[in-house]
Formats: sequence, structure tokens, C-alpha cells
Amino acid sequence: MKTLTHLERLEAESIHIIREVVAEAEKPVMLYSVGKDSAVMLHLARKAFYPSPPPFPLLHVDTTWKFRAMYELRDRMAELSGMDLLVYHNPEAMEKGINPFDHGPLHTDMWKTEGLKQALDKYGFDAAFGGARRDEEKSRAKERIFSFRTASHGWDPKNQRPELWNLYNARKNKGESIRVFPISNWTELDIWQYIHLNDIPIVPLYFAEERPTVERDGMLLMVDDDRFPLQPGETPVMRSVRFRTLGCYPLTGAVESKAKTLPEVIQETLLTTTSERQGRAIDKDAGGAGMEVKKQQGYF
Amino acid sequence: MTTETNEPVYVVDELIAKDIDAYLDQHQHKTMLRFITCGSVDDGKSTLIGRLLYDSKMIFEDQLDALQSDSKKVGTQGQEIDFALLVDGLAAEREQGITIDVAYRFFNTEKRKFIVADCPGHEQYTRNMVTGASGADLAVILIDARKGVLVQTRRHSYLCHLLGIRNLVLAVNKMDLVDYSQEVFDKIVADYAEFARSIGITAFTPMPISGFKGDNITGLSANTPWYKGPTLVEHLETVEVNSADDAQKPFRMPVQWVNRPNLYFRGFSGLIATGKVKVGDAVRVLPSGKTSTVAKIAVADDKAALPQIIDSDITTDKYLDLVHGKDEAVAGESVTICFADEVDCSRGNVIAIADNPPQAADQFETTIVWMADEPLHVGRAYWLKLGTQMVSATVHQPKYAVNVNTMDHIAVKTLELNAIGVAQIVTDKPIVFESYQDNRTLGGFILIDKMTNGTVAAGMIQFSLRRSQNVHWQAVDIGRDAHAGLKNQKPAVLWFTGLSGSGKSTIANLVEKKLHRMNRHTFLLDGDNVRHGLNKDLGFTEADRIENIRRVGEVSKLMTDAGLIVITAFISPFKADRDMVRAMLPEGEFLEVFIDTPLSVAEERDVKGLYKKARSGELKNFTGIDSPYEAPVNPEIRIDTTAITPDEAATLIVDTLLGDA
Repeated sequence: MKTLTHLERLEAESIHIIREVVAEAEKPVMLYSVGKDSAVMLHLARKAFYPSPPPFPLLHVDTTWKFRAMYELRDRMAELSGMDLLVYHNPEAMEKGINPFDHGPLHTDMWKTEGLKQALDKYGFDAAFGGARRDEEKSRAKERIFSFRTASHGWDPKNQRPELWNLYNARKNKGESIRVFPISNWTELDIWQYIHLNDIPIVPLYFAEERPTVERDGMLLMVDDDRFPLQPGETPVMRSVRFRTLGCYPLTGAVESKAKTLPEVIQETLLTTTSERQGRAIDKDAGGAGMEVKKQQGYF
Repeated sequence: MTTETNEPVYVVDELIAKDIDAYLDQHQHKTMLRFITCGSVDDGKSTLIGRLLYDSKMIFEDQLDALQSDSKKVGTQGQEIDFALLVDGLAAEREQGITIDVAYRFFNTEKRKFIVADCPGHEQYTRNMVTGASGADLAVILIDARKGVLVQTRRHSYLCHLLGIRNLVLAVNKMDLVDYSQEVFDKIVADYAEFARSIGITAFTPMPISGFKGDNITGLSANTPWYKGPTLVEHLETVEVNSADDAQKPFRMPVQWVNRPNLYFRGFSGLIATGKVKVGDAVRVLPSGKTSTVAKIAVADDKAALPQIIDSDITTDKYLDLVHGKDEAVAGESVTICFADEVDCSRGNVIAIADNPPQAADQFETTIVWMADEPLHVGRAYWLKLGTQMVSATVHQPKYAVNVNTMDHIAVKTLELNAIGVAQIVTDKPIVFESYQDNRTLGGFILIDKMTNGTVAAGMIQFSLRRSQNVHWQAVDIGRDAHAGLKNQKPAVLWFTGLSGSGKSTIANLVEKKLHRMNRHTFLLDGDNVRHGLNKDLGFTEADRIENIRRVGEVSKLMTDAGLIVITAFISPFKADRDMVRAMLPEGEFLEVFIDTPLSVAEERDVKGLYKKARSGELKNFTGIDSPYEAPVNPEIRIDTTAITPDEAATLIVDTLLGDA
């Protein structure tokens, strides 16, 4: 008899996780960040409930600073999947005009960490799917698939529920919630391969193209709109670049590349010797423990 | 091939550069193996995992840079790379220099994807090891060649065996520190074989390695010419995975969710636990036992596009034709099954092959691993989750606990954190099960605390006890209805709960007087008439308090069978215990009466002077002071004693009971 391949098993296990949440949570939601991991997670949800549409909405905690191409794909995918799309902007960040150029770490804190907490509280979601993977970062390697949060969204790494077999404990008291990571056991290569095999739509920014860029603090930044404040002497230069991860465009470094097809992107990814998150500024805060501290504060 | 890998060189698979499509094709057809590594703090476990990641090119340049600078700062290997730093994730453990929780790592070789659960070795973390072992196909048991078979080696082997891991690798590590001596290796293997036999391990694969130097990890080492292989990675690449074994067993699928997009489709979604299923197979739904035939195995195609209804006279058959599916599915796949007939089926049911279904039962002999700081409360109700079934369950006093170091059986009253014991479990309704040995999905369960919702234990069903079928009720001609009919009343239990000094006894007494005047047959149970007789063997520990309430519940039940209206006045601080009594009685006969007096008020009254004693520390475990009171969430009757008098309260309770309120 044929043994299932690793991708078939990963897919089946992720679908199992997503269904368990829907069966046991009162009001689940899927956090959708429009990146490649979100794309895979959404695809798995659509498969999990076929021929029904996934019985929960998509939530995009927006910062207003994502790449334009991301907003386009986001709206298209919500339409295609037949799911409701909720977009949340932290009103305080909006009012104060928080942006990555002037406010540094406060930008992530207010738009994303605070914004996420506010959005979950506002709608009363008790379970939120996230597309984090254990191979991304050291503290994520130890986080459970069902990650329990206190009423104030705190994470206590020392007090996690044991997770055995594929039995997940989704019980919680009122006000408490769980973050669920259905693709915990996928690696970057698995994600790419799955997108390739299933022909899943992803943001074109993952493919190389001539784009206007400036070099700043050792990062290649794309000038995606006219809100980008050019410093004296800076002029956007057209370079053939692509992105390994997608976030707020002023915080996301591009890499020079000629990879225009998915196999070429995968090839380049595998031949590259820098890990994926290096293009993001967030991990560098607070030394080696940056992500762990952020998660305790309620960051996804 | 020999290994010579002390210099960090990042080498990628040649195929990636040469022919990416061929590489992707290869990757696409890989299988997956989950394994755990166990060893104590100094056995070099993290170093071995770091080495596997490193040798399979799963470390990137920036990580390597960080690793090299970290190695010099906090590493324990001098100027050399400390691979352990790659693996030790959380800030706290980097400071302490130990791994404190289960961490998952990933690497690929040409043949397989691997998921490694890195489990800490010291005794207080048995629960983490059990967690890591629960999903594993294989275990690598590390031994320090200088130390040989230690107590923790036995413990790890026992736990792996307990969790049903059949593939064990005995990795004799740090061979470089014993001059790659075959004699040392052979002695350790012989010692281990003797121990393994004694606990029922029939086969294991020994190999001499050095995680630090890289001997016999990916290539056979020139340092151990006497060892003919396989290397660790070769072995990991070829050993049979559990899912292949599961596919050979009879078909079982726990139902997770009922998929009903419209009137024309009703499917049952789940992950196939064992066996395979084909369209046309005769299947049975458990526990009802109803049979049907598989009409469709629905799975989305790659696009996951929803079927579009364009036909105006759509029927179930036509709709099913629009839904994408497959003819056959095997263990490990997530599918949605449609039946040919309308058969009741919902979450918690199990779909199985019709002629060889699993059984249902409500009493089991189980092995339990306790995972919470708070010990097991014998007799208290916990949630038990097995597959997709969630039921209420109580654990009997353990028959024995196992000393995981010596494998001796110890007599115990309860199970503490990290204890492993054998105990009977009784569920409030039958569950569909198989022994853990036959089926991990239908034999493995977790226990969940009903108050904190924490996962407090993992368990494995050994077999069901047929006792429930052997205790036949003595058929009596005069039943509970006859008893109640003669008294011309509906039996009930008025269960008073509230803090000490809240007024329970006072109001209960008034209630009984009023009912008595109305010619109702009543009986009042309180601490005085119970504690001095039936329960005089019980003290005030948490376990004894639970037993106290259980016995009061059983007595109340007998009295309602006799047709009486029972009034009880006990603090009964724990919600789980009150719910236990509620579950003993027919629906509607249990009325929870919450005497709601704030702590400050009760303490001020302090009729018996008990609060004063509790505050001074003279009295321990006093509810409200150093022991919690879990207030009822939805009591049938709530009495606010700060708002009404005891007499008004008694009238309200009597009116509610008799349906006049």
C-alpha cells in the first residue's frame, strides 16, 4: 500500500486541526496577513470544509502600510473563498498617524500588537488561526499548536498545556482565547512546494521584477507609494528584486533576484544562505529573545 | 565515506542548483518520520540535534554567524561550535543552560522529512517526554559512553515503550571520549539488552556515535571500523512509519464535524485513524450501531473551488456528482464521507467498517500519566477527551503507581505531578474505544480539569471492564414512582451551598419546617448528622471533602428513590462536586440553592468563631480564607441574604420547589 507523502500528511493534519477548532470554539476567526503562509493556511481551510465555504471570517489587522499588491490579493481571495473579510485599523494609531518612518518599534506595537488585541475583543473571537511555523524562529519551536491566551492576551511559555497525539484541548473560560497554528509543522520549503503543487495564488512581489528601490541601513526598500520619505541624496533606483517575506513595505527588505517562476524562487530560496526572517526588523529588537517577549505581550 | 565536519561549511544539495524541477519532484515524494530524542542534560542531545540540522544543511548563514558568536559568549565547547545553542530556544533556558520544554525541529534528507521532538531528560519533566513520545514513530535514546546505562536511560526507555514506540535506537554517544572503544560499546549494548528484555522491549538498534564530532551520523566513521552500520540518518530514512502500519488495520474514523452546505449534501468530516475506506464499503456508525454504505468520499481538488449549482431541478444525486471526491482513502487522510442512507451521525461518533467495529464501554482499566501540579482527585469528575468524544469521567483510587526508575509498583492514594499509575476510569456514558496497543487514536485520551480547563493527565486504555454488565439491578416491584405516589409528592433535592456562616442551616431548617407543616415528607442532611456517622472516617483534606460530598449525594439519591424531599446544607465549595451530584439525579430533581452571603458579611457574623480561628492560622483549609469557594454560575435558586430575611428566603425556596413561585 502506498505510504502518504509528507505533504499529504501535513495537509491532512492541518485540516484536522482547523476542523477541531470549528467544532469546539464558539467564534473562530482566521488571521489573514496575505503572505505565503496565510495563502497556504487559507487554502487548507477551504479544503477542510469543502463543499462548504469555511465557516468563519478572515481578519486582516491592517497597518495601512502594506504593499499595494497585498491589498489587491487580499480582496480577491476573500471573494474567491466566499468568506467575509474584516479589516481592522487601530483607531488610536490611525489618529496619531503612527508610521514606520517616524515611530520605530511603536509602529508594530500599536498597529499590530494592540490592533490585534482590540480586534479580537471587539468581535469577541475566542479562537484565532495564525500562520506561524515552528521553523521560523526559536521561541515558536516550543509553542503549542493550540496556544492558550489569558483574558488580557498574555502568553505564558512556562505554563503551556501539554499536547498529546492529535488531541487538542480547546476548553477555556469566558474572556480567554486560543491562538491556533495549523501549519506549525510546515517548513518554508513545504510551504513553497505546496503553493507550487496546488497553484495557490500569491502576491506577485514574491517574484522578481524591476521595482523602484532605495538602499537604507543595509536593506533594500521598495518605494511602493509617495508616502515614502526620501532622505537627502536618495533617489529610487530600478532593481530586479523580490521579497522573501511580506509585511509593511517600509520595514521589509527586498533581495536582488532574477527568479520569475515558482521553481526559480524555490531554487533561489534553497541556495540562499540567510534565513527567512532576516529581512524583517522585528526579531532584532530586544536581543535574541525579541519574539518571545513580543509574544508574551500579545503579539501573534 | 568518513565524516570530517568540524569546520563550518555550508553546502547545499547539488541537485537544487542543477535541476530544481527534479529536486522538487524528489521532495514531493518524500515520506515523513516523527521521532524523539531522549537523554539527560549531559548526554549531548541538543548537540546531536544541532548536528543533524547542520549536516542536513538546515542552518543558514545568519544563524551560523549568531551561533558562532553565541558559542564564544555562552558556549560550553571553548572555541568550537556549540550546536546545543541552535536548539535551546527560550530565553530562560538559555540562561540556565538546559532544555525545559518540548521543542520541535525539522530537517530533510533526500528520502524523508523529519520532525524531531526534543524532550528534556530530568525526572520532573516526565510529562514533556510523554508529550513528545505520543506522536513519535521512533525514539533515539542517548547514552553517554562514559557513563553507560543510567537510571534515566531506564526511565526514557520505559516511557517510550509505554507510549507504544516500537522503533528504538540506542545511540551510544560521545564515543570520541572513550577512544571509540568497541569493548565499551558492546558492554553498554549488553547491559541495555538485559534491561530492555525485562520491561518487554523486544528489539532495538544500537549504534556508536559522536554528535559533537559527527561520527556515524550521516556517514560511517573511520574511527569505528568495527561498526558496519547503518548510520543514524540511514536508519531514520528507512525505518517503517506508523501511518503505514495503521493503514493495515480495520477502518475507523472519528467524526469531527458534520458538513451541511445545503439541502443536497450531508457529509461527515474526520481524519482516518486506521485502515482504508472505499466508495461502496459497508460501514457502521458507533455507538448507535446503524449501518450504511459509503456513497461519496468528498475531498476538494487542488483549486478547492466550490460546486456551482446551475441546474434548477437539482437533486442530492446531481449535487453529489458536482462534488469532487476520490474512490479510496487511507489512514492519515482528512476526508468527508457521505452515506447512501439517512443515518444519524454527529461529532463524537466513530465510523467503522461494518463487519469489524470497535466496542463501546463506560469502565476501563487505564494507565495514567499525571501532568498537573494539582494532584489527581479520586472521585472528582474530569472531562475526558478521546478522539472527538468528550465525556465526564471519574478516576478510582489507583491500583498502584510505577516508580519510573526501578519499575517497581508502589501503593498510592492519588497521583502527583509526573506520576504514572494504573487506575480504573468510569465515564458518564459509553465511549467508543480500542486498547491503546491496537489504536493510538481510540485508546489514548486526555483528562481536563473542569474548573481551570487545563490538561491535567494523559491516559491509555488497556481494556474495558465488563463489570457494568455483570452487576444486575435487583428488579423491585415497588419503584421510585410508587414510593413518591404514596406520599403524594415529587421527590427532589434542595442542595444548599454557600460560605460557612452564610445562613445555610438556618434557612434549611425553616424550609423543612414549612414543608413539614404542608404534610411533605422531608429529610435534612447536614454536617452534624453525616459527619458523626456515615462519614466519620473522613477528614478535611480536599480528597476527603470530595468523598464527603459524593456520599451525601448517594444518600440523597437513595432518599429521593424512597420518595423524599431531601434538604442538604453543606458548604460544598467545588462546582465539579456539586455537578457530580446533579448528574446522579434525574433531570429536574436537583435544585441548587445558592445562599449568597458576601465573605465580609459571613466573617462579621462569625457565629461559631471559625473565621477568627482561620485568620489566625489555627484552622487550615477554611473555605473563603485559604481554600477557594466556587460560586454557582446558574443556580436554580439564589438567595441574597443581605436583601431578604431568612423567613422570606424559606418561603421563596418552598414556592419555587412546589412550582408556585
